[in-house]
Formats: sequence, C-alpha cells, structure tokens
Amino acid sequence: MAEEKKLLKVTIDNITVEVEPGTTILMAARKIGGDIVPPTMCYYSKLQNTGGYCRTCLVRVAAGSTADPRPMPKLVASCRTAVMDGMIVENITNPAVLEARKGVVEFLLLNHPLDCPVCDQAGECDLQDLSYEHGAEATRYEFKRRTFERIDIGPYIQLHMTRCILCYRCVHTANQVAGNREHGVLDRGDHAQIATYIQKSLESPMIGNVIDVCPVGALTDRTFRFKNRVWFTKPVDAHRDCPHCKGKVRLWMRGDDVLRVTARKDQFGEVEEWICNECRFEKKQVSDWVIEGPTRLDRHSVINAGHYEKIEKPQEFLTEVMHGHAARILLDIHAVSDVNMVDLNVINGPATNATFNGNPKAVGTNVTDVKEGKGRNVAGTDSTNPNTP
Amino acid sequence: MGRKLLLENAHIENIRLYDVYRQNGGYAAVEKAFKMAPADIVEEVKKSGLRGRGGAGFPTGMKWSFLAKPEGVPRYLVCNADESEPGTFKDRYLMEFIPHLLIEGLIVSSFALGSNRTYIYIRGEYAWIVDILEQAIAEAKAAGFLGKNILNTGFDCEIYVQRGAGAYICGEETALLESLEGKRGNPRIKPPFPAVKGLYGCPTVVNNVETLAAIVPIMNIGGEEYAKIGVGRSTGTKLISACGNINKPGIYEIDMTISVEEFIYSDEYCGGIPNGKRLKACIPGGSSVPILPANLLLKTAKGEPRMMTYESLADGGFPTGSMMGSGGFIVMDEDQCVVRHTMSLARFYRHESCGQCSPCREGTGWMEKILTNIENGRGKMSDIDLLWDIQSKIEGNTICPLGDAAAWPVAAAIRHFRDEFEWHVTNPDEALQRNFGLAHYADPIEVAATP
Repeated sequence: MAEEKKLLKVTIDNITVEVEPGTTILMAARKIGGDIVPPTMCYYSKLQNTGGYCRTCLVRVAAGSTADPRPMPKLVASCRTAVMDGMIVENITNPAVLEARKGVVEFLLLNHPLDCPVCDQAGECDLQDLSYEHGAEATRYEFKRRTFERIDIGPYIQLHMTRCILCYRCVHTANQVAGNREHGVLDRGDHAQIATYIQKSLESPMIGNVIDVCPVGALTDRTFRFKNRVWFTKPVDAHRDCPHCKGKVRLWMRGDDVLRVTARKDQFGEVEEWICNECRFEKKQVSDWVIEGPTRLDRHSVINAGHYEKIEKPQEFLTEVMHGHAARILLDIHAVSDVNMVDLNVINGPATNATFNGNPKAVGTNVTDVKEGKGRNVAGTDSTNPNTP
Repeated sequence: MGRKLLLENAHIENIRLYDVYRQNGGYAAVEKAFKMAPADIVEEVKKSGLRGRGGAGFPTGMKWSFLAKPEGVPRYLVCNADESEPGTFKDRYLMEFIPHLLIEGLIVSSFALGSNRTYIYIRGEYAWIVDILEQAIAEAKAAGFLGKNILNTGFDCEIYVQRGAGAYICGEETALLESLEGKRGNPRIKPPFPAVKGLYGCPTVVNNVETLAAIVPIMNIGGEEYAKIGVGRSTGTKLISACGNINKPGIYEIDMTISVEEFIYSDEYCGGIPNGKRLKACIPGGSSVPILPANLLLKTAKGEPRMMTYESLADGGFPTGSMMGSGGFIVMDEDQCVVRHTMSLARFYRHESCGQCSPCREGTGWMEKILTNIENGRGKMSDIDLLWDIQSKIEGNTICPLGDAAAWPVAAAIRHFRDEFEWHVTNPDEALQRNFGLAHYADPIEVAATP
C-alpha cells in the first residue's frame, strides 16, 4: 500500500518548502535551515509534548492556508502549530515578531542571574546564544532577582534553580526517557521551581540526560563542575559497548584527560541518542572508550574557536608579485633577536620577563634551563620531592 | 422592570430543596428535553443566541456543535464553577440558592451532548457549596432525574462535583481539565481544542455555571422566545454582580436592554453612588477587562449612551471601550486611587500566574513591582512607559488568556488615567496623603445634594 502522502506547501520568510502533514512550522523551518529557523528554549524534537512555554519561537502566520487565507490574529508558537497547505509564515521578515522575541528574551533574562563567568554551561548555553542574537544590550529590570539555594539532587547532578527558565524539558525527559520521575515543578508563577519532593535524589539510571537537555546551567554535571571551561576542552566522538544504552557519546577532553562525557548533539543542540548514567559519570578514562575522531561542531562557535580542524595554508603570492623571482631573505630575525633564542614550545607556562633575562629564580622558564633541556616541570618536581634542597 | 429568567424563583423560601423547586415548575425542562432529539436541543440553543457567560462570550450553540463525536469514545460535559475573577460572584449565588437550576441545566445539556459523566469543577474556596450541590444531586437522583435510564429514555447520566484547590488559573478551561485529571493546573496548548481532545483525551465541552443554568429557561420558553429578549446578538438575561461604591451591591439579572447609566443610578439596580460622591471609573466585566473612566463608561466615543450589552460595552475596541466579561461590575467613586487599584490587580495576577510561559511568569511580577514603586512614591516617569511596553509584550504572546487578563487592566489604566500615574510620580509625598480625585473624567451627571 504505497499510498502517496500529499505534501503540504508552506512558505516561511518567502522560502517555500514541501513537508508532510502534521509537521510543525518549526520543523518546516528547520528543513529549510539557516537564519529563518526560530530559536527554541523549551521545545525538544526528541521529546514529546515539549514546547509552547518559552515563546521564543513565536512567528506570525500571514495566511492560514489556501482554503482559509485569513491571517492568525495572534503570534503563534511555531513549535506547536502544525502547517497547513498554502500557509505563509513570517519570521525574521516581520518586525513585530522580532520585537516580541526581544521581549521574550528580556523576560527570560529577568530573573536569570547572568553569572556566565562562573557558570559551567557558558559557551554552550542556549540562553547565551539567544540573548546575544535577540536580546537588548542592557536590562531594564531594577529589582532584586529571585534566588534559590543550590541543591545536589543525587550524587551526580546539581540543581541551581536561580538559573532555571522553567522550560520543563527535564520534567519531560524524566517522564519519557528516565521512566521514573522524581522531580517536578513546585509552586507557581515567578516563584515556581524545579524541585524534588522534600530533597529526594534523582536515582534513575538514565536521569543524567536532564543535564544535556537543560538549555541553561540549572542542571549541571557534578563530576565536571568547575573542572574546565567548555571552550578549552576538545570534543571527541567515542563509543563503548554499554549494556544500558547505545554507548555513543561525546568526550570532552583536555590533553589526555576525559573531563566530561555527554550525549552527541545535532546542529540544533538536541541529543541524538540518550546515554546512561554509567557512560556519563563513571567512564572517565580514555581506555574505556573507542575514539572515533574529533567532533565537527557547527553551531557553538565559542567551542570551535580554539580548535583548528581545517587548516588552510594561505596562497603564496610573493613569487607572482615579484614577477617570477623567488623571495630572498633580507634579515634573519633569529640572528639578531633574543626572543627567538628561546624555544617557546618547551617552556612550562607562558613566557615572562624572566624567561628572557636569565633570572635564575624563574626556574623552568630560564633561558639556560631551557637550553639545557630541563625546562619541563622542574617547579613541580621541586615541590613534590622532599629530597630537593 | 426587566424580565427575570434565572432568578425568577430565587425569592421563594427553601427553593434550594428539590420538593420546593419541583413545585415551582422545576425539572420541566428535563421532561421537555428528553422528548426531543439531542441534535434538536443543540439547534434550540443555537436559535437562542445564548453566549457563554464565563467571560469570552462565545456562542454556546456553536461551541456545542463543534463537539467531535467519534464512535466508541465517551464525551464529557464539564461545568466550570471555578469562579475566581475578582468582582464576580454570580455563580456562587446561583449554586448556593438555586442549585437545582444548575443541576437541571446540566442534565439537559448532558443529554444534548451525550455526556454520561458530567463534572462540576468548583473552586476550592466554595467548600460549603459542594455540600449544597451534592445534596441537590442526591435529591435529583432520588427523584429519577439522574442515574441509570433517566425517564425511561435509556440515557444514563451521573454528575460529580470536584473541588479545585483554589487557583485562578484553573478557571481557564484546559487548565481546569488538567486539574480535573489530577494533574498540575497548567493550561494546555491549543489546538487541539477541548471539543476535540479534552478531558482524558475525549471530546469535552466546558461551560460556565450561568450558561448551563440558562439552558433551563431556553428549554422552557423555547430558543426563539429567548432570543427576543435583549438587543441584537446579546440575547437573554445576564447576571451582573455589582460591587464597589454603590448603594446596593449584589446580583442583578438584567435583560441587556438597559443603559449603564440606568444600571448604576436607578433604584431598581445599584441605586447610585453612596455619600453623594461622584463616579470616577468602572470595571464593567470582572477584573480582567479594561477599566473605563466615567465619561467613557456612560457614553461611547461616538456620544451614544452605553448599554449593558456585549456589543455596546465593547464599542470602540480597547482604546475607548471595554468588555462584558463575566459580569463583575466594579464601581469606583472619586475617592478611589486607580494606581493603587491597578497595583492590587497586578499583584493578583502575579500570584495566580501558573508560571508556564515566560512572558506571563516574569512580566506579571515585574509589573507588580513597578506599580508598587509608583504607588509608594518611588516611581520614575520612565516607569510608566516601561509598564506600557511590558504589557504590550505580554498581551497576545502567552498560552492562555491569563497573560492578556494581566496586561489589559494595566494598559487601560495607563491609557485612561495617565495623568494620575504622572501625578503619583511627580508628587510622591502628596500621593501618599491623598487621592488624585476626579480630574476630567468625572461623570457628566450632577449629583443631587445630599439630604
């Protein structure tokens, strides 16, 4: 029964795409891709019944369908509105949508502590990206922000409710992935909070996924807290034979150390396959994993900043400019400068004045030390070896 | 003297009891309805032009005809008795004094919609009314109007009363259904609408108490006769719960042919403003609808007298009009401070916001804090524009109408009473001592000298 499904035509920001019936405006926009994809803070395509809460994905429907071309009276949440044939949607082409989105971002940041400098999520935070793209430069809120105490919910997860934007993703994750929900939303309004009932801990073997779905730094990995900034770590795809999950993960490494294990995320920051707590929290040795190779991240530019995956040598124009003559060295800088007398690669830590002026107290960074090849870790050896005078 | 349909027998002693109610023509509507086909009853309600009395004013017959009727799936009727709108107390009066009117309306409506299990979701604070309703249900059951095989038609119906836990948001129909299912009372995202997927995922109709009670006179006198009462699309009678600075606060049944001026000043209704004061402002339909200054309340922007009808109260749209809403008529005299009143409403909406979607969750709290500052003499001139900006970003961008309901009163107060807000900012010390007074928006009607 190869019944052909009728595809629906939907036009988003003057780009027409054909999608299957039942697709939401957001998923149609994602099919097109690019700048016209509305941002999402609460919607998660891998979970059911998410979305509609944060209101960042609001769009205007300029024409409901071919059959009923009236515009919708209000802005609609694109994540929860199904497309109709002939629907015309305005996202970034409509100033009212952008204005509403700006308002939503302001509301989301209203009670957010903006403690990005000490937040583990910084660098891969959806709210950071959102406020950078759509937010105002300053807040107009002059009152005390709502604060909560940090709570350790379970041995692996810390809840910092002050940062939470109440997207309900973790609640849906606990329901649908972990299967055993031990936390939920208590209270209501601006004092609503994610909490366990009387300080219970989250024990489900899949509960670690709430860390990955959290769009902000409200749920953080206790095994990674303050270990490193994410942009200093290198993401590497790896897998292992896990009895509980598929074991396909992303390792965040610094040097040879596995600092953090997360699930793999797609270009919209959504988890591809859920991983279990054992993979996430307990396998922190390189030997536990089969490394597949470095991860290509195309969304979180901050993390990409320190990684040089595709090095392209600049094209050499000199010969061309010199009309075919080869370049000639006028002056060998190494012959006249002390700076380059020091091999900076072997210095332990950044170069200082002492590196160059031969100060004997600058052990390990001293020019002579370096030249004699005992530059590395000399200071460390000194402090740990009691026999050292 | 307007025609009374709902409160016709309200003055009779012990009308709360089944026997008295029955003797005064009660349950005639059930007997009549059960001889008709359900579709005909829906048609009759459509003919009557009855509009939802809960606030939105959506035509009830139309709502009923939207109800999906898939095979093998139960359908539900839910009575929304979660009357929490500040200034509205009409359902309480109906349920407390003539509970059988509601039960009768529920039986007819259940039959028309094919609901074998009908729920009354009542607000938690109306605890004693639960007992009254349950007694009425037991009496109706004993008399054979509820239970199995009612009046030998083969139709079974049970009515259950469920208490809420005291949340304003549970008056929103989808939040009510969530709460009824035993979950957290968060509004659902629409579509799907309850008429397709409501209680327990089944088609559901949610109606206000007064709407369902109005089914009884519609059945008794017929839809066309009912439609003759009132003006234009505002048919039938409406209960108005009048409160505030009036001589006779209380529940009034009006037939929607009188003017606002008559309603406030005539002795038959509110009886005028006490103590020889003058009218300053009025919220004509419960706390969520825009407040109107006296000059715009009594006459529309076109200069016509404003009538107590859905259309006339909404005349001029939000710039110069308001809404009928749920009929909570709050009158304010010259001694009332609009800033203080707006602050109090903002506090209410902040407290009652469910916290699900961000504009409402964060915006209501922000507005409350700014208004508290202005009221207490710590406001800045820029705060007024900021308030306007906040409310415009809440309105229309939320899941349920609570965001709109929180934004509209603030918007209307700034729109009509901006000079009073500015006076609060420029004269903070004086604002703490006295009220702004009437200014230019006083009613044009002269006050008779106090005797």
